[in-house]
Amino acid sequence: MIAESGHYALVLALGLALIQSIVPLIGARLNDVALMNVARSTALAQLLFVGASFVALVMLHVNSDFSVANVYENSHSMKPLLYKITGVWGNHEGSMLLWVSILALFGGLVAAFGNNLPLSLRAHVLAVQAWVASAFYLFILVTSNPFLRIASPPIEGRDLNPVLQDIGLAVHPPMLYLGYVGFSISFSFAIAALMEGRIDAAWARWVRPWTLVAWIFLTLGIAMGSYWAYYELGWGGWWFWDPVENASLMPWLSGTALLHSALVMEKRNALKVWTILLSILTFSLSLLGTFLVRSGVITSVHAFATDPTRGVFILLILCLFIGGSLALFAGRATSLKQGGLFAPISREGALVLNNLLLTVACAVVLFGTLYPLAMEMLADFKMSVGAPFYNLTFAPLFTLLLLAVPFGPMLAWKRGDLLGVTQRLLAAGVAGLVAVAIAWGWASGGSTLAPLAIGLGIFVIGGAVTDIVERTGLVRLPFATVLHRARGMPRSAWGTAFAHAGLGVALIGIVCETTWNSEYIATMKQNDVAQIAGFDVKLDGLLQRQGPNYREMIAEFNVSLDGKPLSVMTPSKRSFTTRGSSTTEAALLTRGASQLYISLGEANAEGAIAVRIYYKPMVLMIWWGPVLMAFGGVLSLSDRRLRVGAPKPARAKQRLQPAE
Amino acid sequence: MTLWFVFALMTVAAIFAVLWPLGRNGRAQDQGSEVAVYKDQLAEIERDLAAGLIPAPDAEAARVEISRRLLAAAASEPAMAPKSNLKWRRAAAVLALAGLPLVAIGIYMPLGSPRLQDFPLAQRERGSGSGVAQSLENLVVQVQQHLEKNPTDGRGWNVLAPVLERLGRFDDAVRAYRNSLTYNGESAERRSDLGEAISAAAGGVVTVEAKAEFERAQALNADDPKANYFLGLAAEQDGRKDDAATIWRALLAKAPADAPWRALVQSSLVRVGGGTMPALSDETIAASKDMAEGDRNAMVRGMVDRLATRLKQNGDDVDGWLRLVRAYLVMGERDKAMGASADARQAVASDAERLRQLNEGLMTLGLGG
Repeated sequence: MIAESGHYALVLALGLALIQSIVPLIGARLNDVALMNVARSTALAQLLFVGASFVALVMLHVNSDFSVANVYENSHSMKPLLYKITGVWGNHEGSMLLWVSILALFGGLVAAFGNNLPLSLRAHVLAVQAWVASAFYLFILVTSNPFLRIASPPIEGRDLNPVLQDIGLAVHPPMLYLGYVGFSISFSFAIAALMEGRIDAAWARWVRPWTLVAWIFLTLGIAMGSYWAYYELGWGGWWFWDPVENASLMPWLSGTALLHSALVMEKRNALKVWTILLSILTFSLSLLGTFLVRSGVITSVHAFATDPTRGVFILLILCLFIGGSLALFAGRATSLKQGGLFAPISREGALVLNNLLLTVACAVVLFGTLYPLAMEMLADFKMSVGAPFYNLTFAPLFTLLLLAVPFGPMLAWKRGDLLGVTQRLLAAGVAGLVAVAIAWGWASGGSTLAPLAIGLGIFVIGGAVTDIVERTGLVRLPFATVLHRARGMPRSAWGTAFAHAGLGVALIGIVCETTWNSEYIATMKQNDVAQIAGFDVKLDGLLQRQGPNYREMIAEFNVSLDGKPLSVMTPSKRSFTTRGSSTTEAALLTRGASQLYISLGEANAEGAIAVRIYYKPMVLMIWWGPVLMAFGGVLSLSDRRLRVGAPKPARAKQRLQPAE
Repeated sequence: MTLWFVFALMTVAAIFAVLWPLGRNGRAQDQGSEVAVYKDQLAEIERDLAAGLIPAPDAEAARVEISRRLLAAAASEPAMAPKSNLKWRRAAAVLALAGLPLVAIGIYMPLGSPRLQDFPLAQRERGSGSGVAQSLENLVVQVQQHLEKNPTDGRGWNVLAPVLERLGRFDDAVRAYRNSLTYNGESAERRSDLGEAISAAAGGVVTVEAKAEFERAQALNADDPKANYFLGLAAEQDGRKDDAATIWRALLAKAPADAPWRALVQSSLVRVGGGTMPALSDETIAASKDMAEGDRNAMVRGMVDRLATRLKQNGDDVDGWLRLVRAYLVMGERDKAMGASADARQAVASDAERLRQLNEGLMTLGLGG
């Protein structure tokens, strides 16, 4: 009954989505309030039904009901409860259900809290949201139905892919999906604006917080995924430029650009058309990511099963939405009201530069992702585009971007004073140069660019600090005044500072890890000692242990530093009987921001075991950075103030130029 | 029936979600507008100015700018009053009342299985109480789960191993027998069962590993019939037919008259030429006569395959190769016969004497040259 009710609820959600995608539009055309309000109640009902459907699937997994094919294929009665629940989205069908559930959640939120939106705008937005939802409900029901049954149920399930039996699965996919799907709101707003042919302040007031929410989740989701890959896959790598990672990075890049251009739009009423285009592109890239991951074009841990009909179906959805929205944009964009004017050296100008660099970087990643796929398909020629390509293209773009980051927030709206800002950033620049000198003196070996990059990171952090110091008047003013000003400062300004500092922190982590990472790979016997980065790592012995649904071989290592015992590390290798596969559980020892990392390879007959030990200096900063960025985002989101970009009164007449 | 009742309730709820706003007579409610946003912004500037957050000149500049936008917005505000359109509202209501159930049933019926009950683990563990026949596989899985948790339960392994072997899961059976040996202790029977499982896993070939197990069993109990039979088989597969015959004859001599395996050993003895026809009991002859054509073919084919496997491991046996080629010819598989003779030439190529023997033999079979 749970299974069939869940199935029927999903079908009803499709029915409601179909009504929601037609009726409100007719209402908006006729200016009929009741018809437009249908959007609201159907969106809420849709959320209710999809939610029920999702809860039903979770219950089926928790109860180990193997009469449901999806549960049989991906669960096991002896799996710990947490993995029974997370296993719901640890497979293709379930993860698509999570996808539409989150889509319905965002639709429901717009319906519930969209009182301050013009009625017709809300009707349009929810109708567009329902188009996307209908397409994906159909996709799920037709090609990836999680509620299909088995008439004579087997007694035991086939278990979840062991790599996914980790706490990471509880966090990474929901976060990432909240990010991906969150951008559907800005997409729906953009399409609604194009259909209505007008775009006003209420539009901008709404789009930015939604974009910000999606961006925060996407940032955390990507960071979490990267950390998960780092500790679970056993190679100590955290970013491989593999197509699936790129698929999440692209919406992040264009989403970041959107965030900044929406800022200009909200405060200065400029860059409207560009913001709309970015909204469309960002969600299109999210869809492209879904296609790449879900269609089986790429084989990776994310592509659970490959089925050509799914690929074709998603490709169809992709063409429909991306092609349709871009065509609509081409047709209607010119009819939108143009925005304000500003000088090239101004906050707006800086944000345009930011957008330019981010979109070019995004295009580079898109090229690097699709080119090998196209080559493989058209010319039957396998190639991989990896780090060298991105080091030559992506890295310089980001270097330019990071150089410009500290200047942006310090420039005034409308017309800024570049010289003044440079003077005020002098301290940050000096700090950066000192860091370069120190890194140069200290470092042994590695790329000569590394100290420069560290200096750049310090400069970015210093810039963020300088901004706060300037605004609060620290140094110049008495402490009580400073405190008062700090409290009164808009939280979005704090948010900006944290997010920008996060960039610098992540950069320093990346540079340190890639440049001064040391590794030791060998076969070790009992009482063998490995020496790495000053640590003595001694293998004490191997022991076996039985887990709930796996057997585990644990190696015990005694770690000492300068002869003093420090800690015991216990990496292990788990073999899962049901799937007949095994995973490596790396052991991590954190010291400050650095980590010692041990993972096990194969054991041989003489009781010796292959061991990989890495010392990764400052590696945790790679993830602290994104967490800081997300924290900045949350601060900015919590800022309930309206945003008006107050221009500094003009001192001298400057030449203005159109925004678009 | 309950299920359909639930479906009906859900459908009604969904229809209600569409009808509810249609029923509420579309009065203009508070809604956001561009003008409202600018008014809020103006109010905020006043607040900030009062709190000393922005200097007066900045506030003045912002106020001017917002006012300008406010005027523009007020001028372009759509002045259309909301209308209510009864015809379309009715159409929407009909769409919900008729269309929604139709779409839902139309999509659900081909996909769903309304007749299947839920079948959670708790219910399945109550087992036959729910009237569900427990298949052998399911029982095996249950025993395996039990043993996963209590791996030292020797009796469990003892029970599981032969069942696994019968199900054809030889590798699992080997593991189960090994565990049984570990937790139940040594015994000739278990050793020879393990050996049997190992050779079954190897497709009937008594491998070195299996042979070691049989030898250990024999050391524990010199009269263990299974160990002796398989040691004879090993000798036969190694081409030592006389040794095989000796082992089997000794086995038969000691065997009780009603031993169920007598017939098997006797027929094996005939195969290696060590037995005379009278050695076969009357029943065996009757049995082999009754054997269907298909069964006999399967038996022959199995023997040929075993021979081929053995020769792959040890290719020095010229007689063996000739027997294999002859068997293929008899079975009418000339291609395989040619293939086998080519393999044979390759296998003995380093030994001129053997190569000569092989070529002569092949010549007599009509495959020379």
